[in-house]
Amino acid sequence: MGTQRRHAPTVVAASLLVLSAALPALAGSASMRETMFSVLLAIGLAASLNILLGYCGYASFGHVVFFGIGGYAGFYLVAVQGAHLATAIAGGGLVAGAFAAGLGAAILRLRGPHFALATIGVNEAVKALIVNIEPLGGPTGMNLNVSVFRAYGGAAGMLWAAYGTAAAIAVGAVVLGGLVRTSRFGLGLLVIREDEDAAAVLGVVAWRYKVGAYVLSAVFPGMLGALFFFKQGVIEPAGAFRLDLSVELLVMVMLGGAGTVLGPLVGAGSYQLLRSGLLTSDLEVLGVRIRDVQLAVAGALLLLVVQLVPAGLVGWARGRWLALRSRPA
Amino acid sequence: MWSETLLASTVDGLLIGVVYGLAALGLTLIFGVMNVVNLAHGPTMTLGMFGIYLSATKLGLHPFAGLVLVAAGGLLLGVGIYVVAVKRVIDAPHLASLLATFSVNLMIVGVATAIFSTSFRNLSHDLGVLRAGPIAVPGTRVAAALLAVAVAAALQVFLTRTRLGKYVRAVAANRAAAELVGIPSARVLALSFGIGTMLAATAGGLIALSLPFTVLSGGVYELKSFVIVVLGGLGNPLGALVGGVVLGLIEGIVPVFARATWVPVLEYGLFVLILLVRPSGLLGGGR
Repeated sequence: MGTQRRHAPTVVAASLLVLSAALPALAGSASMRETMFSVLLAIGLAASLNILLGYCGYASFGHVVFFGIGGYAGFYLVAVQGAHLATAIAGGGLVAGAFAAGLGAAILRLRGPHFALATIGVNEAVKALIVNIEPLGGPTGMNLNVSVFRAYGGAAGMLWAAYGTAAAIAVGAVVLGGLVRTSRFGLGLLVIREDEDAAAVLGVVAWRYKVGAYVLSAVFPGMLGALFFFKQGVIEPAGAFRLDLSVELLVMVMLGGAGTVLGPLVGAGSYQLLRSGLLTSDLEVLGVRIRDVQLAVAGALLLLVVQLVPAGLVGWARGRWLALRSRPA
Repeated sequence: MWSETLLASTVDGLLIGVVYGLAALGLTLIFGVMNVVNLAHGPTMTLGMFGIYLSATKLGLHPFAGLVLVAAGGLLLGVGIYVVAVKRVIDAPHLASLLATFSVNLMIVGVATAIFSTSFRNLSHDLGVLRAGPIAVPGTRVAAALLAVAVAAALQVFLTRTRLGKYVRAVAANRAAAELVGIPSARVLALSFGIGTMLAATAGGLIALSLPFTVLSGGVYELKSFVIVVLGGLGNPLGALVGGVVLGLIEGIVPVFARATWVPVLEYGLFVLILLVRPSGLLGGGR
């Protein structure tokens, strides 16, 4: 496969992302910007999780721990040390990556459900620990003084700046996913996913590859955490380490297609848009407002995907395309 | 004085720990038989809580009669969940069954939240207070612990003494071999999921006897069940009960010495540590 074709999905994904991210700015619409912010955030997180889950086959149920840790690191830098947002984001990514590097070698020895359970445990342990750390605000968390935003052009200017930054990080995460997918390193991950023991026999040093994937999948969530909680102006343990957000990320990756470059983009985008659509709709079915049961609708959707299209939307479409092409004329 | 507090906390932790153990028994049974971590475990416990609450407030039933209803409903619900969500993904990679059961979790929580909101409920059933020297415990706690032990014992008898129970153990040990000797494994799997769910719902009902709850409480107890099954070894029934008691004792005793907010740190820290150091659990994984 030529270099151009090899990178085609990455180029398509990045261009799509840049174009749709530009829409709210062109329209100058604040409500559109907020919807797109949540979409970009989800895409960045899902693309990162995809590196571990999709390429390497390790289902991290507590991936939100990196979002939370990065959020706390960044928030501490801004609120206590008076750092700039850029420093905070770099710090958030660094701390999350370092945490993954430290944890990875130990936790990635576990497989299947044991690994999934361990990631949940790590998330809960970190959350419970931060509740007890007073310099980080304990159970009530920390607040930002609104005057901090003055350096970014006031509250309104800050929101646009945060939006642009989120777009840049999301593009970064998607491009990283594409680069890993097409690299020798990515091939090693795929071999581990298919058969870890065989990979070891073939000379793939599994733990090094796995830890590498784990760290890469942690850095962007850490940066996004720092950005997100800066924008919120407040951080507390219950909001930073939300297990439900963590599982939603898995749903997004599965919906779009685990292990594909475009999958996280399609999955996160459609999931977030559907969700915000459900949350604001006045649709009633059998006298029940859809808005009230949006969680149940998300659950039903997930069930359908898992049972009927386990390869996800992108995986399914690719399968159809390949089947069409290989059919004799 | 100090030792009296300790004694009272120990008894308290022991009593609630047995009930935790019963819930974890449901989780570990399902894992042991079909290698599926049931992420709908928590919401089933929630349904058990609401089941006993509604049968008392709406139907005017005695809580213990309500408990029978809850158990029966749990069994049916579990078979239903198995048929709808688990059956097709039972041999797929773990992620598929994890997400399939989680989708059931979302649906139950979503519908229950719409119906009941997330406000606190309280089943104010009073069985008096039992006193022994310095210790005073609510009768509902004692009753819940005794019932939990009785249900666990009944399960043990079922699994070791009845033909159907032996089928369950055979399918757990080797499904292909069980099919070869004519055991209807599809039905046994559905039944096992039903029993696991029944245990979770019953434990939820027992918890609701003495503690306030919301639609979201199940999630908290689900995490506790995870910790317990890992402590005792995934798939090991006796381990689940022992793990439940250990967790109950931690929750009872630690607050005597430290701030209560350190309890979850210890619980989840221990959880991760055991997974890393001894993934088969303190008692070893078993069937």
